[in-house]
Amino acid sequence: MSHRARVCATPAFERRSEFTCMNGHATFASPTTQASYSMAASPDQSPMSLIEDDQVRGLFRVARRVFTDESVLEAERRQIFAGCWLYVGHASEVPDAGDFLTRTVGGRELLLVRGKDAGLRCFYNSCPHRGAMVCREQQGNGSLFRCFYHSWTFSLEGQLINRPGDEDYAAETRDSGLHNLVPVARLESYRGLCFVHFQQGTDSLRDYLGAALEFIDLILDQAENEMEIVGGTQTYGFSANWKLLCENSFDGYHGLPTHVSYFDYVRSKPGALVDIAIEGQAHDLGQGHAVVEYTAPWGRPVAQAVPAWGEEAGREVAASYARLVERFGAERARRMATVNRNLLIFPNLVINDIMAITVRTFFPQAPDRQLVHAWALAPKEESARMRELRLYNFLEFLGPGGFATPDDCEALALCQRGYSNLDGAGWNDISKGYQSVTPRVDDEAQMRAFWREWHRRVAGAQ
Amino acid sequence: MRGAATEMPSLSRSELEDFLYLEAALLDQWDLDGWLALFAEGARYLVPPAGADDSAVPATTLFYVADDYHRLTERVKRLKKRTAHAEFPRSRCRRMISNVRILGGNDARFEACANYVTWRSKMGRTDTFFGHHRYLLTCSEGAPRILEKTTFIDQDDIREQGKVSIIL
Repeated sequence: MSHRARVCATPAFERRSEFTCMNGHATFASPTTQASYSMAASPDQSPMSLIEDDQVRGLFRVARRVFTDESVLEAERRQIFAGCWLYVGHASEVPDAGDFLTRTVGGRELLLVRGKDAGLRCFYNSCPHRGAMVCREQQGNGSLFRCFYHSWTFSLEGQLINRPGDEDYAAETRDSGLHNLVPVARLESYRGLCFVHFQQGTDSLRDYLGAALEFIDLILDQAENEMEIVGGTQTYGFSANWKLLCENSFDGYHGLPTHVSYFDYVRSKPGALVDIAIEGQAHDLGQGHAVVEYTAPWGRPVAQAVPAWGEEAGREVAASYARLVERFGAERARRMATVNRNLLIFPNLVINDIMAITVRTFFPQAPDRQLVHAWALAPKEESARMRELRLYNFLEFLGPGGFATPDDCEALALCQRGYSNLDGAGWNDISKGYQSVTPRVDDEAQMRAFWREWHRRVAGAQ
Repeated sequence: MRGAATEMPSLSRSELEDFLYLEAALLDQWDLDGWLALFAEGARYLVPPAGADDSAVPATTLFYVADDYHRLTERVKRLKKRTAHAEFPRSRCRRMISNVRILGGNDARFEACANYVTWRSKMGRTDTFFGHHRYLLTCSEGAPRILEKTTFIDQDDIREQGKVSIIL
C-alpha cells in the first residue's frame, strides 16, 4: 500500500515543540530541543500550560486542566466540534426513501433523511418558524415532517410544503427559501460513513480523512458489497472527559492490566484463543488521526477462526479468507484477516476492527461527562451464523454489559476524579515509546498524534 | 392476559413470588453463586438494549448481555474478583420486584414476567434501572429453576447509568 511507508515513519511526525498558554492566550513556543524549565525547581509547568512536548528528554505531558476547565470545553466547541468533520451515521441506517434518524452531533440536534430522490440530506432539527424540533423520533420512515407547534410541514427534501395561513405571508418571504428546513453546511460520505461539517470552505471529507483512508478501506473491504450497522445503537454515558475515551480506544498499554478478567474468561473456554501474541505498531496518520495495528489471539469473524467456533464456522471462515486472497492478494488478505486495528478519526470517531467491528462516537456534555453512541458494523452479506457469532464476540468484550468496556469506563471515571487534585498533581504522562523508532501498539505515539492536533486546534482559541 | 384455556404449571403465583424475591435477595447480597444455582444448566441470561421490545433476539440485535451458560458462569466468576474493576468495590444494590404473573406453560417449561426497579449506588452516584423481566422456568416437585431470564430495561437509553455491570 502506498501509504504504508509513510505512516510507518511515525517518529518523523513527532513534532518537537513546547506549547504554552499564558494569560488566556495560547502561544506556540518555537520548537525546542531542550527542556526549558527545571524539574527540580518547579515540578509543574506554569499552571496555564496545556501540553509539554520535549524531544530531548523524551517527555510528553498533558495538563490535567484540559479535562476539567469549562473554558477548554468552550474552545473545543468552537475549534473542534464546529471545525472538524464529525461522524453522523451510516448510510445503511437510512437505506430507503423516507428513512430518517435524529442524532445529537457536536451539540447540535440533527435530522438525517433519505429523500425520494435517494439522496441523503442532513438538516438542523429545528423548525424555521420558532425553532421547535420537527422530528421527535429516533428513527423511522415517513413522507414528511410536521412541526406540531404551528403545523408547518416539510418535505423529505426540507421544503416547506404546507402551513396554516400561508396566504398571510408576503409573497416575497414565501418564495425566499427562508421557511425551509436549514441544511447543515456540509454532508459528505465515504463508502457509507456519513459526516457533517458546520462550516463551508474547509477540506473535503476525503482530504480530511487523508492517510486514514487506507485503514478505513482495510475495514470496509471486508464486505464484498457493503457494510451495514447491525442491531441498533448502544447509547451510554459516563463521568469522564471525552478525550480520555479518545486515548483509551487505542491504548494498547492498558489492555492486559485493565482487562485481566476478560483474558481469564476467554482462557476458560477451550479453543476460544489461538496461539498468537499481541504485537504490532502505532501509526500517526496526520491531522490527528492515528491507528494501532496488531495481531491478537481472539477470533475475528472476518477471517481468523478459533476452534471454539466449531468446524462448520471454521470452514466458512476459511472460505472467507480464500475469497479475500482472491480479491486482494495474499498480503493484503492476511492483513485484513489477522491484523486488528483500533483507529481514531480526529476528533471523536473510533472504528475498532477487533473481535468484532465497533464504530463509536462520544461527545462532551460537560468537562467531566460524555455521551457515547456505539454500533456494530458488519458485512451485509454475512451468513446468519457468522452474524450471530460476531454479535456474541462483540458482547464478550464490548459495550455496557461486556467483560471489558465497563472496566474502561471505570478507569476513565477514576482518572477524572483524580483530576480534582490538579492543583497539586497537574500532569498526565504520555511519554511511552517517545524515542522509539518504531513505536509499538503498547506505546503512546498514537495518543501524542491526537494531542498535537488537539492542541494545534485549541491553541489561541481560549 | 391469562385466557381460560391457557395451560398453567403447578406452581402458584405466590410460590413464584417467593422464588423471585429470593433471587432478588441473593443478588442484593452479592451471593452470586447462590444466584447462579437458581439456573438450570444450559440456561441463558439476556439483557436487550434499553427500550427494546419483547421480540428482540441476540442473533440480530446488539444486546448489552447475551450469555449462554458458560458465559453466565464466567460472568459470575468475574464479578467476584477484584479485577472486575467496575464492580470493585462492589456497588450497593436493592431490587424491588412486583406485578408478577405466570403467563402459561407446564411444569417442564413455563413463562412468567415481573416488573422491577433496581437501584445501584457507588462512589456518590445512585443509578436507577426500571423495566421488566421475562422468565422461562421449569419446576420439579415445587422447586422452580430458571431456563432463561431476559431483563428488559424500559428506559430510553442508559445515558445516566452507563454500564450494566451488575446483574439486574
